[in-house]
Amino acid sequence: MKRLTKLSTALLAGALFAFPALAVDLRIGLQEDADVLDPAQSRTFVGRIVYTALCDKLVDVSPDLKLVPQLATEWKWSADGKELVMKIRDGVKFHDGTTMDAAAVVATIERNMTLPESRRKSELASVAKVEATGPLEVKFTLKAADASLLAQLSDRAGMIVSPTAAKALGANFGSKPVCAGPFKFVERVQQDRIVLEKFADYWDKAKILVDKVIYLPIPDTTVRLANLRSGDLDFIERVAPTDVGAVKGDSNLKYDATVNIGYMALYANIGNGPKADNPFGKDKRLRQAFSLSLDRDALNQVVFEGTAVGGNQSFPPNSPWFNKSIPVPARDVAKAKALMKEAGYPTFDLEIQHANSPVVIQMMQIIQSMAAEAGINVKLKATEFATLLDEQTRGNYQFSRSDWSGRVDPDGNIHQFITCKGGINDTKYCNAEVDKLLNEARASTDDAVRKQKYDAAAVILNEDLPIIYLGHQSWIWAYKKSVTGFVPNPDGMIRLQGVKKG
Amino acid sequence: MPVYIGKRLLVAIPTLLIISIFVFSLQKLLPGDPILAMAGEERDPAVIEFLRDKYRLNDPVIMQYFYWLGGVLTGDFGISLRTNQPVLELIMEKLPVTIQLATMAMFFAMIIGIPIGIIAAVKKNTFVDYLANILALSGLSIPNFWLGIMLILLISVQLGWLPASGYESIFVDPVRSLQTMIMPAFVLGNALAATLMRHTRSAMVGVMSADYIRTARAKGLSPKEVILSHSFRNALLPVVTLSALLFGELLAGAVLTEQIFTIPGFGKLIVDAVFNRDYAVVQGVVLCTAVGFILMNLIADILYVILNPRLRATL
Repeated sequence: MKRLTKLSTALLAGALFAFPALAVDLRIGLQEDADVLDPAQSRTFVGRIVYTALCDKLVDVSPDLKLVPQLATEWKWSADGKELVMKIRDGVKFHDGTTMDAAAVVATIERNMTLPESRRKSELASVAKVEATGPLEVKFTLKAADASLLAQLSDRAGMIVSPTAAKALGANFGSKPVCAGPFKFVERVQQDRIVLEKFADYWDKAKILVDKVIYLPIPDTTVRLANLRSGDLDFIERVAPTDVGAVKGDSNLKYDATVNIGYMALYANIGNGPKADNPFGKDKRLRQAFSLSLDRDALNQVVFEGTAVGGNQSFPPNSPWFNKSIPVPARDVAKAKALMKEAGYPTFDLEIQHANSPVVIQMMQIIQSMAAEAGINVKLKATEFATLLDEQTRGNYQFSRSDWSGRVDPDGNIHQFITCKGGINDTKYCNAEVDKLLNEARASTDDAVRKQKYDAAAVILNEDLPIIYLGHQSWIWAYKKSVTGFVPNPDGMIRLQGVKKG
Repeated sequence: MPVYIGKRLLVAIPTLLIISIFVFSLQKLLPGDPILAMAGEERDPAVIEFLRDKYRLNDPVIMQYFYWLGGVLTGDFGISLRTNQPVLELIMEKLPVTIQLATMAMFFAMIIGIPIGIIAAVKKNTFVDYLANILALSGLSIPNFWLGIMLILLISVQLGWLPASGYESIFVDPVRSLQTMIMPAFVLGNALAATLMRHTRSAMVGVMSADYIRTARAKGLSPKEVILSHSFRNALLPVVTLSALLFGELLAGAVLTEQIFTIPGFGKLIVDAVFNRDYAVVQGVVLCTAVGFILMNLIADILYVILNPRLRATL
């Protein structure tokens, strides 16, 4: 009896304190919780990571940022760039067993364009009509040529959802999403987990080597890494640059990083309300001086432990769209001072608003002291993100620091910020010549022509500096040694095709 | 007693109304537009207009408040701006989590705080008392978030004894549920243990010098009987009240603890809601917390009366 008691006590203690049971699932730690899981309505970056496993798109993005077939096997633009014909993959099933065909593609695109709650309308604004021209062929007719449409279809706007489910659930589709991706939806507990399981009828099922994926939002980077090191997670995204050393030093972990397609920038108020009326907003020489006062390499080394790269354009220096004739400027305080003197302001005050996260604050304090050496008195105004966004939109700012997560097509990184009527042109910079170049670049499907236009626009923007680019962060992933087959992609997504555990 | 409880509950109604008005106005005074955050990076004007209309953010603030209040009275707490989920459903999903955390934390606080408090009082002004005081002071001074991260690094990463974070419902997997909750509950209970210890000690010291304790000793009762049956029982009175009130503090502490240990409870819900300006969720959570606080106060008062019969006359 005594032995039995001892045994059961040991068992109980063991059960309470032992390692969690051996998991055969892939547990992925995310930086935050996804929002609503409806491709038409969702808006968060982290939601897109979940969709990568849940919802296949017409077009996918390769690690070298080329658009490659997924649910569409091939496509062709008309000569005037106003028609796009896509062939749809045969034999694809949705998670509810219904067939994914041209009619389903049309229904999804129409849903994205008409659902009142849809956040995809602006992405598909160039589409006049979408129709099924065969059981497996879809034709997009555009209002005006728009080369960025293909890239839009490589993201949420091109995720095809089951028309049956979409009809049944309407705006509530996110409660039980039904797509055609490698994994199907099982359950979701807000702020706790999203569980997906392998879809047996996936069209490319040979490449799917895990049975279940569990996404767990863990906002604190230290805790996220601790969970990976303790074995509770298999994979984490957005490792803090300060933790890179710890990951590299841990023999049980692997590390991957790649410079992302977004950017970090400062937005000058050029013409957005009364607050634009100041020397910094009016005189580009002062903005040039500010830019020259910065040592972008030092920022990268100190704040990002060398994982980021300095930048001066809306595309990172390793992007094919980067204008190589305008290299990232080196710090030149003397030249900055000369420019300020020429403009009649040997010194001036500048208020910069920024988000109140530790990394951004550190970065801004370094910028503040760098600018001070050129004679610019920077006053920092830390605010949380919702407020920052509000102030920036209203024009209640002089100089504002925020990031862009980046788009695969170059148009998405520049057009809406810079053109006079751009949807998120908070600086209210307006230059007819730049507008013309960016509109032409959007209208052309010839990459060489587009590159020429973007290069020309970059030259003007580099002179006028409505947006001062600081650099480009890296996506940093860490995962257990037993996980193999992960391919990093500059878009930051976690593609599970080929990923194996154990 | 029922009349007393009824009266107390009636008084709670205006309190709740005032709290809800206060929180509603505070939220409206906050800068930042929830819809901008909701509309996505592209901030499509058509989407923004649609959302403003859908969530009635174009109406005057007073109308918005009454609209919300009307909903609450009919059991409709509104819809979360962020996830489209009904607020009541979110609350019902998160509340049990935080109740479990708070209960376990209270358990830790009591089993640590009360015995140490008694020992400190009995061994007043000795080395043991000083040591207990140092312990209590450290418990109060060590911030939750620091202790939490240190414990994760030690217990989960180095020793691998417990999961670093996460949550499992006690009804689904009780063992895993306890495993995930031990560390956060300890961290949360730790600061309360210090408070409880200090109060137990002072109450005990007070009682121990009372005449009837001297009488009990003179009667020849063993020290154990004197301490546990005579002193402690009487010293328990303020401690019980305090424990009930501390439950409120637990909810506040849960905000940080849940963030660190990624527990999908009330605290995390409200933090995320405030950052996203998810008005309906903030309102709902605050209202629920206020109700909980009022109930805990009421329970404390009732316990007080049960433990101290002399107070019954004052009802």
